[in-house]
Amino acid sequence: MKKIEAIIQPFKLDEVKDALLGSGIDGMTVTEVRGHGRQKGHKEVYRGLEYQVDLLPKVKIEMVVDDDRVEDVIRTVTRAARTGKIGDGKVFVYEVAEAIRIRNEDRGEAAIG
Amino acid sequence: MMEKRKGASLVFAVLMAAAPDPRWAQMQAAVNSAQSAGDNAWMLVSAALVLMMTGPGLALFYGGLVRSKNVLGTMMQSFVLMAVVTVLWAAVGYSLAFGGGTPFFGNLQYIFLHGVGAAPNPDYSPVIPQQTFMIYQLMFAIITPALITGAFAERMKFSAMLLFMTLWALIVYFPMAHMVWGKGGLLNAFLGGKVPCLDFAGGTVVHVTSGVSALVAALYLGKRKGYPSESMRPHNLVLSFIGACMLWVGWFGFNAGSALSASSLATSAFVATQFGAAAATLGWVLAEWLRTGKPSVLGAISGAVAGLVAITPASGFVGPMPALVIGFLAGIVCYFMVTTVKRTFRYDDSLDAFGVHGAGGTLGALLTGVFATSAVNGGLKDAAGSPVALGLVDGHPMQVLYQFTGVAIAWLLAICGTLAVLKICDLALGVRVEPEHENIGLDVSLHGEEAYDFEGSAS
Repeated sequence: MKKIEAIIQPFKLDEVKDALLGSGIDGMTVTEVRGHGRQKGHKEVYRGLEYQVDLLPKVKIEMVVDDDRVEDVIRTVTRAARTGKIGDGKVFVYEVAEAIRIRNEDRGEAAIG
Repeated sequence: MMEKRKGASLVFAVLMAAAPDPRWAQMQAAVNSAQSAGDNAWMLVSAALVLMMTGPGLALFYGGLVRSKNVLGTMMQSFVLMAVVTVLWAAVGYSLAFGGGTPFFGNLQYIFLHGVGAAPNPDYSPVIPQQTFMIYQLMFAIITPALITGAFAERMKFSAMLLFMTLWALIVYFPMAHMVWGKGGLLNAFLGGKVPCLDFAGGTVVHVTSGVSALVAALYLGKRKGYPSESMRPHNLVLSFIGACMLWVGWFGFNAGSALSASSLATSAFVATQFGAAAATLGWVLAEWLRTGKPSVLGAISGAVAGLVAITPASGFVGPMPALVIGFLAGIVCYFMVTTVKRTFRYDDSLDAFGVHGAGGTLGALLTGVFATSAVNGGLKDAAGSPVALGLVDGHPMQVLYQFTGVAIAWLLAICGTLAVLKICDLALGVRVEPEHENIGLDVSLHGEEAYDFEGSAS
């Protein structure tokens, strides 16, 4: 099992979500986050006082999938989330030690299926 | 400040002389009564409009400009003044402002509103009950101290604020209102003042006193912790936007209501108010657009308020074109005040009470001396009964000097009075909140509440 964490542009959420659902993924967790990588922030001015806003709004999608689905999910996310400009985001993949379904205590791949 | 409606009465007097029929007298009484009802209706609506400027207008405008941890504390300051000043007004405020007495403050003839009832007070307005006049003027006494709260936002103790505002009203506002509008006041052009100053709706009484006192308070309390290095962005400009729009609408009650009757002078002041606000919006937006490259919403609404401030003293004395000029200049000057001047002198007038009200009020009061004309307001008559020249455009340059004197007195009273009152509050209670309270925010530390509970609403 792997956990796939994708940080994407907020306006790409619907497109990415639809592509993932279309490819057979049926569970995900979505969080509104703020952050920045190479993308520069922007300047805001309030009555002459300037503020540099470095942390920009992003959306984080988290999914846990079987090992053999990882490449497919990465491909789906990157294609759907890409605009080609700096700020499109990143995908991270982690090992998952265990998964438990709270309702019936299914474990492992049975819990995420 | 007022216009006596003599036209209609004169017609009836002539008709009665020609035909001494008792029905004419009845008809005149009926017409007078209808006119008085119209005047009273407009003045009661105006009073309500001016109250709406403080709550929720100013509370929203200021509340949106502070950080989210201080929004309730900021709104509470405006709201509680609606209560405090009202009680103070009933006890002594109205009497000190509008009782007879010395040129500097009124006597106690109206203490506890003694004798203030349905009968008009012909010194102030012969066409509405004195009680209407009293409640209308109260709304000005409420908003004036509320304006000051913008300067010490996010850092003043609530208890000290209550004491400060009570003493400030007694020492600064009531005397200033008496000097400019009270019978026998030093600056009252219409009721025997030695220095005939023109202030239709409160450029000196409301905006110069509050704006200058705001600067004194901002300097006395010092900067907010972390200013200006930490981000103190307005937390909700939508609130400020709604508040500014309510201020604009309420200002028709403020300025047009100052005609104290539903007269053509009220219309004239209404028109000047609209043109002043519009031109100032454009002036501020233009200056900002040229300077920073972007026309901001905060700039547009700040410009509108600056224009409304500047047209206030002039509104019942100038025509629409001078109103455009006054407004446009106010937009540019106030933009310059809250950006360049504030940055240069490094004071934390947090919500720009001085930059907008102090500067805009001063500018408007001086320009009133330039553009005031008897063609708009013929209320000031010479011994022969014909209207006297008012401003520079009427060929009366001395008026500019009178205006300058009025402004100087307002500045002096505001500076000395505010310093004295702050010192008293500081010794008695301490004016500034504890540093940890400032970190947590006034909402939780002073009021035990939070404005926004997003976690709670999700479950």
